[in-house]
Order: sequence, then C-alpha cells, then structure tokens
Amino acid sequence: MSAGPETVAECIGALRSGAVTSAELLDRTRARIAALDPRVNSFLGLTDALADEAAEEADRRLRSGAEDLPPLCGVPVAVKDVLCLEGAETTAGSRILAGFRPPYTATAVGRLLDAGAVMVGKTNCDEFAMGSSNENSAYGPVRNPWDLERVPGGSSGGSAAAVAARMVPLTMGTDTGGSIRQPAALCGVVGFKPTYGRVSRYGLIAFASSLDQVGPFALSVEDAALGYHVIAGHDPLDGTSSPTAVEDPLQGLREGVDGLRLGVPREYFGEGLDPGVRAATERALEVLGSLGATLEEVSLPSTDAALSTYYVIAPAEASSNLARYDGIRFGLREDHPSLLQTYLHTRDAGFGAEVKRRIMLGTYALSSGYYDAYYRKAQKVRTLIAEDFARVFERVDALVSPTSPVTAFPLGAHSDPLSMYLLDVLTVPVNLAGLPGVSVPCGLVDGLPTGLQVIAPRFMDARALRVAHAYEQATDWHTLRPGGVEARAS
Amino acid sequence: MPLTDDEVAHVAMLARLGLTEEERARLAVELGAIIDHVSALERVDTSAVAETAHIGGMVNVWREDVERPPIDRAAALANAPDQDGSCFRVGAIQEER
Amino acid sequence: MTDTLRQAPPVVDHEAVIGLEVHAQLLTRSKMFCGCPAAYIGSEPNTNTCPVCLGMPGTLPVINRRAVEYTVRTALALHCEIPSFTKFDRKNYFYPDLPKGYQISQYDLPLSRDGHLELTVDGRRLRCGITRVHLEEDTGTLHHAGDVLQSATSSLVDYNRSGVPLMEIVGEPDLRSADEAREYLVRLRQILMYIGVNDGNLEQGSFRCDANVSVRPRGDDVLGVKVEIKNMNSFRAVHRAVEYEIARQIGVITSGGTLVQETRGWVETRGATVSQRSKEQAHDYRYFPEPDLAPLVLSEEFVAEVRASLPELPEARAARLVAEHGIGEYEAGLLTATREEADAYERIVAAGAPAQLAANWLGNDVLRLANASHVPLRDSALGEAGLVSLLRLVHAGTVNPTTAKALLEELYSAGGDPEAIVRERGLGQVSDTAELGVLVDAAIASNAKAIADFQAGKESALQPVVGHVMKATRGRADARLVNRLLRERLSG
Repeated sequence: MSAGPETVAECIGALRSGAVTSAELLDRTRARIAALDPRVNSFLGLTDALADEAAEEADRRLRSGAEDLPPLCGVPVAVKDVLCLEGAETTAGSRILAGFRPPYTATAVGRLLDAGAVMVGKTNCDEFAMGSSNENSAYGPVRNPWDLERVPGGSSGGSAAAVAARMVPLTMGTDTGGSIRQPAALCGVVGFKPTYGRVSRYGLIAFASSLDQVGPFALSVEDAALGYHVIAGHDPLDGTSSPTAVEDPLQGLREGVDGLRLGVPREYFGEGLDPGVRAATERALEVLGSLGATLEEVSLPSTDAALSTYYVIAPAEASSNLARYDGIRFGLREDHPSLLQTYLHTRDAGFGAEVKRRIMLGTYALSSGYYDAYYRKAQKVRTLIAEDFARVFERVDALVSPTSPVTAFPLGAHSDPLSMYLLDVLTVPVNLAGLPGVSVPCGLVDGLPTGLQVIAPRFMDARALRVAHAYEQATDWHTLRPGGVEARAS
Repeated sequence: MPLTDDEVAHVAMLARLGLTEEERARLAVELGAIIDHVSALERVDTSAVAETAHIGGMVNVWREDVERPPIDRAAALANAPDQDGSCFRVGAIQEER
Repeated sequence: MTDTLRQAPPVVDHEAVIGLEVHAQLLTRSKMFCGCPAAYIGSEPNTNTCPVCLGMPGTLPVINRRAVEYTVRTALALHCEIPSFTKFDRKNYFYPDLPKGYQISQYDLPLSRDGHLELTVDGRRLRCGITRVHLEEDTGTLHHAGDVLQSATSSLVDYNRSGVPLMEIVGEPDLRSADEAREYLVRLRQILMYIGVNDGNLEQGSFRCDANVSVRPRGDDVLGVKVEIKNMNSFRAVHRAVEYEIARQIGVITSGGTLVQETRGWVETRGATVSQRSKEQAHDYRYFPEPDLAPLVLSEEFVAEVRASLPELPEARAARLVAEHGIGEYEAGLLTATREEADAYERIVAAGAPAQLAANWLGNDVLRLANASHVPLRDSALGEAGLVSLLRLVHAGTVNPTTAKALLEELYSAGGDPEAIVRERGLGQVSDTAELGVLVDAAIASNAKAIADFQAGKESALQPVVGHVMKATRGRADARLVNRLLRERLSG
C-alpha cells in the first residue's frame, strides 16, 4: 500500500525519530490532495505559504533536538471552512462569503498552530454547516472516498473525506446536530464532538450558537483525543466556554471498559434504522460486552421530540446569526438603488436553497404569534431531553448507539428536505443536551462504513474517548481503506 | 399544510430574503411540511418545565473593563464591497430605522 | 406654524400623558462586548472598531462587568428593584448601522424595574415611575451624502460607536406637560452625572431621549393614541416637541380628526414633528435569549457593593446642606447641581470658609469665572485654599466685598496669597470712624446738590456721596460704616 506514516501518532513518531521531515510530510499531503481531491472535492482552498513556513519552522525545531516540542509539531492538518484563519479566504461553503479574508484567527485554529501543526488548507462543507450530505456547499458537493457516487455525510464532509482518503491525518470539523459524528460514520473515520463549552467557538462562523462545537476527525481514537486535547480549554473570548480544567484524554485512554456500565437507548434502535446498521451496532455491543462492560437497555423517552426541537432551535438561532450577511461590511453585495432592494437581492443571490429554508423556518418560529408555540416550546422540550440524559447517567457511565441510521447514500437521494432532516435523529439529542459524543468505525454494510456512537455525561469527554478506544482496539474497522478513491489513485 | 403565499412573503421580508415566485411556492410546501412535523412538539407535556436557552448553567461570565487597541481601519474596511477609505458605503436609505 | 399652534386655545378639555425613554451611554473604559475604547467621539471614522463590534463572522461578545455595575448603580439611584436573575436577548432588525443584524439588548428580564424619580415643577412635588433600566449596545452612525435622508444617493457607515454600552431608562407615562418632561430629563441627567455613569451630553448624543405622547379627555383613565417622538437633541427641543405634539393631537381631536399610532421625528428647523412610521409598518423584532451570553445572577453581595459605591444623591445632599450648614434652599440647589461643585463647596467649608459666604460666592462669582475660563476653581491659580483665605478676610472684615471680588477676579488666573497681597497693597478695609469721618465731611461739602436732594426725600441721592468716600479710599472703606456716618451727620 502506501509508504510512510499515516496516523497522527505515526507521523509524530516518524518526525521525532527523523525518519521523515515535516516538509516531506507536507509534500506527500499535497501529492495526495493533487491526486485525489479533483474527484473528492474535500478542499476549498490551500494555505501553501503558511504551510511551507510552518513545516520549515517545525523541521528547525525537530532538528534542534529540543525536549519541549509542541504536541503536533510538523503534523499536517486541515480545518473546516467555517473556522476563521487570519488572511486566508474563509467562506463557510457559501457564495455570500466568497473572498472573505478575516483579520483574526479562530481560537481552536490558533491552538492548532501553536501546537506546531502545519495548516494545509480549508475543507469543504455544507453552506454555513447546514446539511447532512455536503450537497449544500456552494462550491460543489464532497464525494465519499468509499464510493464517489455517494455523499460523505455532512456538514463537515470535506474534513471527514480528507482524513478517510488519507490526505491529512487530522482535520477539524464542527458539530451542531451531528455534523462531525455522522460524516465520520459515513466515511469510516473517527469523529469527536466535545462537550458544549469545552472548545472555544471564537472564530467559528456560527450556525446555531447554543449547539455548535468544534471537534476532530482522525484515523484513530488516540489521534482524535490528541487533536481534541490541543484545542480544548477555556477562552476568555467565548463567554460560553467553560473555565473548568480539561481532563487529559490520553491519560486514561487505555483503561478499557471492564466494569463500566454502558446504556443502550431503546429509542435509538427504532424504525428507520437500516437493518445492516442495526446488525453492525449489535455486534459492536457484543464486543464491548466481551471486553467486560455491562450493557443495559435504557430509555430516553423524549428522543421522539428531539428532532423537532432541534429543527426549531437551530434554524431560529441561525436566522439571527446569518442576519449579518447584508453586503455592507464583507462578502457579496448585489447593488440596487435602494437599501431594501440591496438587502433582498444580496441575500437571495448569496445564500443557497437550504440556508434560505432554514432562515425562513427560524424566522417563522421566532416571529410574532409563533414564538410560544415553536421557539419557547422547543426550549422547554430541550430541558426534558437534557433531563432524560441526566437520569440515565445516574445508572450508566456512557451510552452506545448507532451514529447514523443509514450508511452513505447516493448524491441526490434526498431531494425532500424533511427526509434529509430525519437522518439526524440519532445525533441531535447529544447537541441539545450539550454532551460529548464520538463516532468510531464499527463495520461495513454492503461495503460502506458505519459508525458506533459513544455518548458520555457533560465534561466526561475522556470517558467517551476511552470507551471508543477500547472498542476500536478490539476491532480493525478503523484500519480499512476506502476503495472508491484508492482504486483509481496511485 | 402548506403556508400561504402571504405568510411566506411576510417571513421572507422579515428575513430580508428576496425570493422569486417559484422559490416562494416551493418554500410554502416545504416549510409547511416541516412545520407540520415539528408541530409534534405540541403533544409534549411541558406544563411544569423550565426553558433551556443555555446548556450547562454557567452564569456571570464577564470580563473586566479593560481597553484593547482597535484594529487598523484598512483591516476593518478590507472586506467591504464598497468603501471610501474611511467609511463603509451603502446605497440610498429610504427607510428610517 | 409653531406660533399658530401656540396661540391655539389652551388645554382645557384634554390632558397630555407623557412617558420618556432615555438612552444613556455608560462611561466605561471599553465597549459593552469588546475591548475597543468606549470613548469614540473625535476619532476618525472606523478607527475605533474590532472584529467583534464590526459583527464579523465567528466573533463573540463578552459582557463588560463595569457596564453591569453602572446600570445597577443607576437603577439603585432610581429606587428600582434588582431581580436576582437577568439575561440578554437579541433584538432582530436590519439597518446599516447595526452590524450583526441584531442588537444585544434585554427584553423580558431586564436588570432592574419598578423605580421612581422625584421632581419639583412650579413648586409642586411629583413622582414619576421608572418602568425599567436595562443594558444594551449602541449602534454605529450613518452619514448621508446630502442633508436629508430621503434625497441622499448614498450613505456612509461609521462603526466607531457600535457596541458602546447603552442604558435604556424607560419612564412611566406619569408626566402631564412639557415642563414636567423637561424637568424629568434635567433631574435624570443630573443623577446620572452625579453617580458618574454618564456625561450628560445631549448634543453629542451620549444622553438621548424619545417621548411617548398621547392626550385624553381630562379625568379619563384610558390612554389615548400614543405617538412616539424621536430626534430631539436638547432639553429645549424636547420641550418644544412635546408642546407641539400635545397641541397637534388636541387640534386633530377637536377638529374631529383621528390620530394614528405612529413614530414622528422632531424637525428642529421646522419646529414641528413629522410622521416617520405608522404602526402597520412596525417591526417584529423576534426577541430571543442571546445564546452567546450566559445569564446574570446578581447576588445580594454584588448589589450591596454597588449600593455602597453610590454617592449621596443631589436632593439628599441639598437637604443636608440646608440642615447642617444653614444655607438657603436656593443656594443648596445651585451648589448641588453637579457633584463637582458640591464637593468643592464642602471641601472649602471644611477648610474653614464660612458656609453662607462660601455658598454665595461659589454659586455666583466663582461659577461665572469657572465657566468663562473653562477652569474649575480647583485647577485655577487661586485654588480652593486661596478662596478659603479670601473668604476669611471678607468674613473678618479685613477687606470689603468689593475689594475681595476684584481680588478674586485677578487671583483666579494670576494666583497669589490673598492675605499677603491685601497687606502689601494696603487693601485692608478702612473702618476707622475718625479717619472716615473726615472723608465723609469732605464728601458732604463737595456734594451740596445731592445732599439737598436727599434731604428733600430722595433716598438714592445718597449713593454718589458714599461713592465719593469709596473713591477716596480706593474702594477700601467699610461701606456700611460710611452710610451710618453720613446719616448721623445729616440727621444731626
């Protein structure tokens, strides 16, 4: 197969032993992007000058033999294009932000750079992170490396596909209702959404502020844990970021699941769950049982209402968050003689169909006469959903379930928006309750990957990763390489 | 149940989305279906339930009153579609705030 | 047009109901949600901004703690309740000066509510309720190419002001006349300046006012159709606009017309209010809790600390000065107009100046000099200690008031020790009966005509005779003694 290190851990080992230089890793990364990405479309832009400089600096440090090397020194990374990087075009996958170059860097991105990572570029995504298939990008859909006629999932489809296709070992995505976990599942990689408040949202172009969270994609849970650890922690620029200390996820990562009580939420195995996905998940539960975990069926009775709650709250917040795209300070403008016409035409031309739909939905839910029935009601149901989790976490240490009810579907399969929304059913409750959730590969269904979701209590991010790691190490699903793109590459 | 064209037009105006007639017609149907779906919330008993606007229960997150230098004007204006070197420029404003 | 309306029949059958909404910028160092300086006046356009107050994608607000403290301080000064739980909300609307497409404000759970402000109008005490005091952020500013909004071909946006902390103080509709409205604003502004939260500048817009005006048949409980008036940037403008609007509304009603609920702008040059927006065009602001900001839970300790930081308020202070210093209510009111003046007065008295004398001088001559020179007494060459010394000389009778006032004028800018100067220049008051007696005799001798007039009953004829003596002593004569000596001689 391919020569050289692929995972973050392998890269770090090779860099530090001198087997490879950061410049060589960067060259290899670029070669793979050049070879594969014309078909995958996972990158929206490359940050070549920045990457060259960072690789050079990393190599200088590595050669110096310094003891205190930053954790990701010399490792190529990429971030979803909703994360701001000073001076680099940041579009959020939208036409309305074409050409936007922020004069600031997102805190999470800044921490990656401070950790010595080599920023290769910005990855493709659904416009403003709204979507479950990556078909909503204004810059063309991302294709699934396992089958180029299928979607990679969304909204962080580019970040997931880039890791799956071994273009970069570590990427960052964002997860508002499943946008890290679902594409991770559909692309056969690890994706981790941390506890809400664990990673700063400063510089993350907002979709739904009370739900958005930044997290990593990687080829292993250990890599994801390392990436998470680099970006996690309090940020005074984000008033919702938690000041509590971050538990080192690598410390207890190998402690296994022996003696842990794992809950299996009955409602996550309902109708709509693909039989193949169900079977793969059940086999995964058996593996966890064989590793010493106690499995117990639990109930999260408000699950039914979670999707509706999410599709009121997220669009409502989005309708407000996206009001700043008015063609005055940045982004696209369609000039018309009157201000009102300029607003109307700018926003009509700048936003895609899904973004408009959600702005409309959110505006409706907040508008006079509907607020109580939709927005306020959803906020109350959100309380019930969080209480459901709190109740079961009194009895179990973590929850395990499928990540997505289906595997990667063909492009264009869900032209009806509601049918696409329904696919988020297993991931949105986690965001509504602000919990950490990780998706780890747990099998192939008709040649397509599927993921196991591990959910832990708030700020027990390390525990979610520990459970996922135990499962991962007992199986080899995460080592499988996507055939779709690989077959035609090299 | 589809929204009426008036409802769609009203919401679009609130959101400053200039929609074509075609878009409005399509959205009337799509939004109607989604709203019907989320109306399932009505059936959840929330009579004694508090609203959750923020998860995690943090309160009193504030900063001290310390000044930081503003950014350069050139940087502030750099992304503007229209500016005159000192201000952002917009077309004629017919409406009051 | 105003004049015609002013000549309209006085309000007989109708009474006006007025409620005022004040927006006051807070004197914090930094803006409400970012570190940019809050002092933006005088900066070149768009040189006082950052990604946060420009509303750039991905940026987030963080609450300025001092802005919360100042708002609570204001609320306490206005006798408001401070609920323990309060939160910020987004008020959504589009306008070019609003960078995020929403204003962070407070909707249903403001920082404070249910207070009041007491005022005296025409000798009558009244209490105006304060509905709420809440905290929000200011917008940027628009400059129109061309002077009138509607005819401008383009507008320029400056975000220097964007995000400056702004308090909204909503008054109950308890006011009944333009005079009461003006007095409410004068008192409110005085308090805000007193407690150090606002600089009270109406012209530059750091203290802004909107008025809700309606009229109804006197005795009715039901409110009439409410009209909101904007664009008033002086106390005079508020008074004129409210007066105009009351007359206009009564005019419409009495001529059989119908009022519409609307927003009207005051046009200074026309002396009239002009319709801007009717209720049908009213906004749907879609308020919802700001997800980027955690709510505030203000503890009793927090509120107690802010309460402890409150200075004595002007009315209480004036009452205390009357009681403790025995000065008149009028002077006490003048002295407590600003905190700086009242502080200066109390320092001067504490340093040994006689209270009544200090009150008179500070309220008149010193104030005039300070205003004319733009230098407060404290920073003048004379200084507060110099004034104390001068007032003591007056009180002891060492110099007469005329000489002392001339000295004040000179020393305010030139400086110097009044006692030494009086000694060196021989400016001491002449109160020697024998010495003055000689001069009085001489004055009688050389003013025969005036003496005759006086003896014929013309009281004022004596003035030039006294003046003669004053002139002869270069103003140093004890005028009262001169008067007495003159009268003794003329009646004797």
